[in-house]
Amino acid sequence: MKKVLLSIARLAVLVVAAFFAFALSPAEIDAIERPAADSFDADLVAKGRDLAALGNCLTCHQSEGGAPYAGGYGVETPVGTIYGSNITPDPETGIGRWSKAAFVRSMREGLGREGEHLYPAFPYTHFTRVTDGDLEALYAFLMTRQAVAKTVPNPDLPFPMNVRPLLAAWKLLFLDEGAAPSDGLGDELERGRYLVDGLGHCGACHTPRNLFLTEKTDAYLRGGEASGWANPPLAGDIHSPSPWTAVQIATYLDGGFAEAHGVAAGPMAEVAAKLKDAPAADISAMAAYLVSLQTGVAMPSADNSKTATPSERIALGETLYRGACARCHEANGQRGTSAPGSSQGLPLAQSTALHAPDGRNFAQFVLHGVEAPNGEAGWPMPGFADLLTDEQIAAIADYLRHELAQQSVWDDMSERIADIRSQGEVAR
Amino acid sequence: MVAMTVNGKSVSVDADPETPLLYVLRNELELNGAKFGCGLGQCGACTVLVDGKAAISCLLPLAALEGRAITTLEGLGTAEAPGPVQAAFIEEQAAQCGYCIPGMIMRMAGLLAETPEPDDEEIRAALQPNLCRCGTHMRILRAARRAAGRPSEEDNFAFAGSGQNVGGTSS
Repeated sequence: MKKVLLSIARLAVLVVAAFFAFALSPAEIDAIERPAADSFDADLVAKGRDLAALGNCLTCHQSEGGAPYAGGYGVETPVGTIYGSNITPDPETGIGRWSKAAFVRSMREGLGREGEHLYPAFPYTHFTRVTDGDLEALYAFLMTRQAVAKTVPNPDLPFPMNVRPLLAAWKLLFLDEGAAPSDGLGDELERGRYLVDGLGHCGACHTPRNLFLTEKTDAYLRGGEASGWANPPLAGDIHSPSPWTAVQIATYLDGGFAEAHGVAAGPMAEVAAKLKDAPAADISAMAAYLVSLQTGVAMPSADNSKTATPSERIALGETLYRGACARCHEANGQRGTSAPGSSQGLPLAQSTALHAPDGRNFAQFVLHGVEAPNGEAGWPMPGFADLLTDEQIAAIADYLRHELAQQSVWDDMSERIADIRSQGEVAR
Repeated sequence: MVAMTVNGKSVSVDADPETPLLYVLRNELELNGAKFGCGLGQCGACTVLVDGKAAISCLLPLAALEGRAITTLEGLGTAEAPGPVQAAFIEEQAAQCGYCIPGMIMRMAGLLAETPEPDDEEIRAALQPNLCRCGTHMRILRAARRAAGRPSEEDNFAFAGSGQNVGGTSS
């Protein structure tokens, strides 16, 4: 019976898909001769470079060790892997034959030059907000890059997700094209919102998604997840013992570290590494806007009675913490403090990861450590995956939650650590 | 009292449970192969094997070691009868001041235990956490390659597509 129902469902999906493929089949935009690089205005190209940094294009459009903008990075989604495309001006494998109109349409409507629907792993639900002038600058920048001949793999998706025309239905439901109306926030905040919601596409990771993998509009920037990491909420009540200031957010975005909160790690490490090439004024505007979204800090009152953990586990956690962590994370024997500007680790009393509702990010940090960004030398924090067992790391977590965060210990921490250990380190 | 195995022998150590393994090895057990470099897990001079995997011993407290198996440089061989990785480092004269070499050898031994025939990329990735201040990297890499059973014929440890040294990170 179940099989029959499944077959009927599949058939229905196919019929609907065929309908949309027919009814909404978008037109091909004519190929052009690749424009000469010197036909673009240098100032426009420079503006495009800044915008490309703000948009973090390289994160998906460059593979590990690969040429910039030549694509090939696999974006892991809950339904399969989608590879960033080659957006160098190579005529055969890149966008060399794309006119400006084709480029603008791809960003606004999620369509390739030939009219094929693109998967929303390419975040055109955000890029549709970008102005004509900015899209023109991005086009000028991309068309003046080194052309690289590189064919990226096709998306690795199961049926029916591999039927591109179905995306027409998805877009009808979820793509809200065009710029959002101005709402009088004032110049800097509006600039910040434009960048956060548009090119910056912060919501792609920081807004939770519904069953159709679409960002939930009623939970704007309230926290999401990616690659085994919890992406903290940026709006509403945030998980931190103290609110983030605009300066702290700006420092974090373009420097990868805010001393009062933590380090950009996991998927965010790459984002910060790219944003360091973005204009400081734009980073400040994004920070100002993000700060304006905070309503407070979510700090459940201390509930140590809930700690069902035997006290000997907390005692073991303390011993392990003293031997493995304290040398970097404490100064002068004071818990949770470190000398500003020294090579000391983050004061854990302020760690955002330690104050999160679950221990995912804490486990990621302890198991895999913190890598220096983008080829820089050094190893800010070593990983402890080969040093400590799951139970030992869980004991440290219990101790720190109980003693430093003064909150209930996280549930099932040993199992969570084992799970994250089995997934291995995320490449970026 | 913590009971563990060090170089195949059962030992019981009575020390403060917060004490890092490195101090236990050097001060209690008089095994001085592992070196103190930074004490902050940044240099790799203190690398040993824990349950067969390379691990920095300066940030590994005794309390974490009950029942675990430690191998130090001394466990790989002796001056008279060096183990294969040690012999490869001697053959290539892969040392200048020598302070980082025990860690390099242990890191390499850990790699070979997991990947018996590592390629050059894997060797570089494995040695990446360990620092050498003398600039002996090319000899260390030649020794590592020899230990992996592929002694270099050319003088250069040529490396296609990479201009990076050991101790750098690949992006």
